[in-house]
Amino acid sequence: MINKSLKQLGAMLQSKEISSVELTQEFLNRIDRLNPEINAFITLDKDKTLAQAKHADSLLAAGKGTALTGLPIGQKDIFVAKGWRTTCGSKMLETFIGPYDADIIERFDAAGAVNLGKTNMDEFAMGSSNETSYFGKVQNPWDRSRVPGGSSGGSAAAVAARLCAAATGTDTGGSIRQPASLCGLSGLKPTYGLASRFGMIAFASSLDQSGPMAKSCEDMALMMNVITGFDKRDSTSLNREKEDYTRDLSKPLAGLKVGLPKEYFAEGLGADVAKAVNEAIAEYKKLGAQIVDISLPNTKLSIPVYYVLAPAEASSNLSRFDGVRYGHRAKEYGDLMDMYCKSRAEGFGAEVKRRILIGAYVLSAGYYDAYYIKAQQIRRLIAQDFENAFKQCDIIMGPTAPSTAFKAGEKADDPVAMYLQDIYTIAVNLAGLPGMSIPAGFAPSEDGKRLPVGLQIIGNYFDEARMLNVGHAYQQVTDWHTQMPEGIE
Amino acid sequence: MEWEVVIGLETHTQLQTKTKIFSGASTAFGSEPNTQACVVSLALPGVLPVLNQEAVKCAIKFGLAVNAEIAPRSVFARKNYFYPDLPKGYQISQYELPVVGQGSMTIQVGSGDKAYEKVINITRAHLEEDAGKSVHGAQEGMSGIDLNRAGTPLLEIVTEPDMRSAAEAVAYAKKLHDLVQWIGICDGNMQEGSFRCDVNVSVRPKGSDKLGTRREIKNLNSFKFMQQAIEYETSWQIETLEDGGTIQQATVLFNPDTGETRAMRSKEEANDYRYFPDPDLLPLAISESDISKVKAEMPELPEAMKARFEAQYGLAHYDANALTSSRGTADYFVATVDAGSDAKLAANWVMGSVSAKLNAEDKEISESPISQSALASLIKRIQDGTISNNAAKQVFEAMWAGEGDADSIIESKGLKQVSDSGAIEAIVDEVLAANAAMVEEFKAGKEKAFNALVGQAMKASKGKANPAQVNEILKKKLGAGV
Repeated sequence: MINKSLKQLGAMLQSKEISSVELTQEFLNRIDRLNPEINAFITLDKDKTLAQAKHADSLLAAGKGTALTGLPIGQKDIFVAKGWRTTCGSKMLETFIGPYDADIIERFDAAGAVNLGKTNMDEFAMGSSNETSYFGKVQNPWDRSRVPGGSSGGSAAAVAARLCAAATGTDTGGSIRQPASLCGLSGLKPTYGLASRFGMIAFASSLDQSGPMAKSCEDMALMMNVITGFDKRDSTSLNREKEDYTRDLSKPLAGLKVGLPKEYFAEGLGADVAKAVNEAIAEYKKLGAQIVDISLPNTKLSIPVYYVLAPAEASSNLSRFDGVRYGHRAKEYGDLMDMYCKSRAEGFGAEVKRRILIGAYVLSAGYYDAYYIKAQQIRRLIAQDFENAFKQCDIIMGPTAPSTAFKAGEKADDPVAMYLQDIYTIAVNLAGLPGMSIPAGFAPSEDGKRLPVGLQIIGNYFDEARMLNVGHAYQQVTDWHTQMPEGIE
Repeated sequence: MEWEVVIGLETHTQLQTKTKIFSGASTAFGSEPNTQACVVSLALPGVLPVLNQEAVKCAIKFGLAVNAEIAPRSVFARKNYFYPDLPKGYQISQYELPVVGQGSMTIQVGSGDKAYEKVINITRAHLEEDAGKSVHGAQEGMSGIDLNRAGTPLLEIVTEPDMRSAAEAVAYAKKLHDLVQWIGICDGNMQEGSFRCDVNVSVRPKGSDKLGTRREIKNLNSFKFMQQAIEYETSWQIETLEDGGTIQQATVLFNPDTGETRAMRSKEEANDYRYFPDPDLLPLAISESDISKVKAEMPELPEAMKARFEAQYGLAHYDANALTSSRGTADYFVATVDAGSDAKLAANWVMGSVSAKLNAEDKEISESPISQSALASLIKRIQDGTISNNAAKQVFEAMWAGEGDADSIIESKGLKQVSDSGAIEAIVDEVLAANAAMVEEFKAGKEKAFNALVGQAMKASKGKANPAQVNEILKKKLGAGV
């Protein structure tokens, strides 16, 4: 049962084959057994969770259930949830209890879904390995000595280890797609503005976007129906008509023009990843897709641009964590400045501090034009690259990450090597486009483990339904997405 | 050497919106600490700002009132600094692209013969949020934070360095204070901090076209203090320069107890605010039709009303100006005229007795115990000759004291003018008989003696005789005697 999709579990709930309480308890039991090692969940509240499951059962009994009613979902700990500890992976918020619900939490509640618990993440979503979390690193279920990716590493590991049926993530530079890739999952970052950022603790406001992490594109479509929608509490939320993301799942792919950016297959891409991605593309040809060679010439600039803009916004977004109203405050301090300095020095980890410093630097008088303004200009060029590319193709494909999961600690002391994990994903955030990663096979590790490879699918703005269709078609003819890691039974 | 002072103002006006600029929390003044601090005011993790369109409307109104360019696209920026009453660690303001661009205002300086008009150029006006308040001393060894005010909408109005005296600066500040209340965007309450001025002062040798180094006097919340502070600051700067010193750019505070200004921080210590566009807010777009909608809701502006008063009622420029100094005064005047009063008489009464009484009792015109229609009924009794001007003053006093309406007071006090020509003739005859010497003087060519005789006749009538009739009858009698 643990390997069943949201769709299948939903059908079982609707037909009363199983109750939400039973299903939820099953996952809670698995968490009790496996989470102490995997460390995917950092906060559980079984009473709250089971109360929600009970409520869902009453909805189902009354025939008021919808697609996700009664289904246990892991929530990334970046989303503020009322009554739930919400840490964002930081000591700064170690004891912070959410006083209100994020938009996404409200939406899942309204759909009757069950909040199974809060998942681990890189501190303030800054990281690509989940190693910057104050609450400890997360194991990749495919090889426990390896990282699950980040920053939504807890959500990825939780779904991969079948500790929940699906989870939410957030993606600022690849934080949904890269861990999905490293953990053999499907993950989607929607067009910027489709999902509300209200209640999602901000890292880089102009890039942050929440999205689903699940076992299949079909499940993601169900989740997209819940996650997206206008929210007047977020000024960057787009007021568009609600879509049904399941509507095009089964459309044939014949005639689909797939663009392959040459920059995504150049130096830096692991041969094992390239092989799996190329095989996936061959599969698409069989499905009737037409391959087009394209170029995204400014790809190599996306990392430096990102590491100016994201830290700039973060340095300001994280100023509210000052120890005055909530969050960590140093026990002993002299004057006000001392309280700020000590509280922030103690409350933030090294990577967060690094980015705050970079951000404050690039915004400083005398450097602003050279860094921030220049980066904004290049950001526009990067968006133009995609605009041009979509004149030649319907969808862009390539690798999600340059490598499979790496060993814990391997890149922890080399920030630049870590930042390169996001070389193929960051440009999508800079352009505000939707991006998705789906399992595209496995590559063997040097120690003989099977490590998942992700295929990235980038769509034009608001083209999520087509992207899910493209992913679903592939998942109808392959079974990478249904395979489970060993040792989680 | 002769010196010239150069002054520019930055004024923070608190906009009269029901809710805060980026959240739905109330802006009401004087509530228990932190009872008006919603999740956004508290800057909890994950909350986001949403612009209050009413604040934008206020900015457009102001732009229209000073004939300024209203930016079709303006940008909110974050001003980053740490302070306990600044919950986000940044203030949302506008920096490079403000909502209101260049405009101007005409001020009247001085009174009487020395009065003159001057155009003050507005550089810009931008929207921003206010900070909260630190409360010291409520608890031993601790400071409290009250975030009720955090997020209150402000329009910061910046002038060019166009003013050349404390009087000009105060005249501008008063005019601005009147204007923002006139157009209904600010309650003008200076005690509660709804209208706060920062004044930039520098001096230079007269005739120089180079600006001197300025010092900024922060947070002046009364016109009296502004006058004092500028005068002190100006002489301090001149003395410093004459003693061979130099002026350092600085922020200074005015101490009302000593009447002195004192440097708070110098420019070297100035913060780098790391301004950048707020990614949580879209650029503010204002269309021509947005502006037209606001325009349709705008009240008649003081300048237009002044011109109308001159044309429609034949008022003097000075009078029209005084009557349009505040919307309350103008409305009161118009209502008095509409209630049937002669316009010139109404103008005299409003600017004279009414205004003197209000000043003496420190009241707003809206608090006048004499309504516009009551004042009009008093003036009508002057117009129709029922009472004399002198009697009218007595009636006015009694009306102010709440003793009743004009007619009943005239009746009860017996102030009705005597217009019976027979009775007046009798009085005049008596006066002529009792003042033979004066009559002689008049006949000898002393015109003054005539006025003295009129005075005697008025006195004899206890002020009730119609002065015009006394004049006429007296003239006739004296003329007949020649």
